[in-house]
Amino acid sequence: MSSNDSIGKTLTVALLLCVVCSVIVSTAAVMLKPAQELNKSLDRKRNILAAAGMLDETRDVEEQFKQITTRVVDLRNGHFADDVDAQSIDPLKAAKDPARSEALSVDEDIAKIFRREHYTRVYIVEDEQGGVDKVILPVRGYGLWSTLYGFIALESDANTVAGLGFYEHGETPGLGGEVDNPRWKALWPGKKVYRDDEVALQLIKGSVDPDNPNAPWRVDGLAGATLTARGVTNLVQFWLGENGFAPFLDNLRAGEA
Amino acid sequence: MDSVKATLTTPIFRNNPIALQILGICSALAVTSSLQVTLVMCVALTFVCAFSNLGVSIIRRHIPGSIRIIVQMVIIASLVIVVDQFLKAYAYAISKQLSVFVGLIITNCIVMGRAEAYAMKNPPLPSFIDGIGNGLGYSVVLIAVAVVRELFGAGKLMGFEILPLVTEGGWYNPNGLLLLPPSAFFLIGMFIWALRSVQKEQVEEPDFKMASHTTVREGA
Repeated sequence: MSSNDSIGKTLTVALLLCVVCSVIVSTAAVMLKPAQELNKSLDRKRNILAAAGMLDETRDVEEQFKQITTRVVDLRNGHFADDVDAQSIDPLKAAKDPARSEALSVDEDIAKIFRREHYTRVYIVEDEQGGVDKVILPVRGYGLWSTLYGFIALESDANTVAGLGFYEHGETPGLGGEVDNPRWKALWPGKKVYRDDEVALQLIKGSVDPDNPNAPWRVDGLAGATLTARGVTNLVQFWLGENGFAPFLDNLRAGEA
Repeated sequence: MDSVKATLTTPIFRNNPIALQILGICSALAVTSSLQVTLVMCVALTFVCAFSNLGVSIIRRHIPGSIRIIVQMVIIASLVIVVDQFLKAYAYAISKQLSVFVGLIITNCIVMGRAEAYAMKNPPLPSFIDGIGNGLGYSVVLIAVAVVRELFGAGKLMGFEILPLVTEGGWYNPNGLLLLPPSAFFLIGMFIWALRSVQKEQVEEPDFKMASHTTVREGA
């Protein structure tokens, strides 16, 4: 046994073990890469469809996603940037890179995202005439414990909500985590975003009284999750506001995007 | 043959890695809020524990004492990466929920403990079975905890509704605490209590005797 502890043997064992293990690990990683990439893209497409309220679990996701066009938007001027390849940008990574994003001042940064990327992807659902039927926008913002990542879908008037959904968050299960509750998400379609060019849509405490004149701009809050609800209001107001997609939506409405 | 069976079954109740040795608690707290995720975690840990024991055991006569922990870690870490890659490819939704906890199997004390305590001294086959046995021992506790947490915390099992929730128009008002990690502490504590009530030999000798209360006369 003592020969095991010689320097030569120690180095040989270490080297051989590393070679064998690295071969196993890299084989697994390379062989499984295509399946993993496929899963990632399917997951993203499923989230986008779910936000727009178009997801049918019984049908193939790829097939359903064919009705959606992915376009790149330049958030600095609110126009499509078709010279930028949609597959080549990663908005979340870009938001951390000073060369591809800009810092937000404290006043502007109500959703607490710190930096806003220059280019992002939006998803357009076209109607039969080739016009815009729905537009699906990525949103994110800080809740109580975590950043919520999701999509909000608007109807062709770029004012009526078609759906909202989050695909990643770390809020408290049963309280803030109720943002995933289908019954709560079902409250969103039909709500209005803008009133007098301001984002008026927000969550309130308790339930919305349908007779209230403000009702189209109000959504029920989440019981026991005041700060998550405030975070959702903030991220909606930021991303649909002047520093978010408002210029783009204006252009879209005018047909000049 | 008896010893093979004993190696497999002893860790389940008589020498449970979580309940008796109090190892591997961290992942027991983190992944047990839903039964489906728990089952995947149990399979992953059992797989890693069995094969790392096997690997360590095969080369146990050639492992230099000075780097033996590192050698064990390399084997365990490689297996964990392979498992993680498989989950990402074939069970993407669950791997997203497990997130870092699959990677943290590397630091799970049960795997490391069995490699060091058992596989370094025993032939490959018993080591492999010991790994499965300890994986099952871990699984028993985790599944028990997960069933209670998901059933009474979310009214569901495996994602299917069992107790209709008040928020969904039913009658059951869920216990939100059960969805938070601390509840697993209470449940594991109760599991250990129940186990030691049945198997009294697991009760440890107290480290010190508690003194009786100070009387009024002593105080004065």
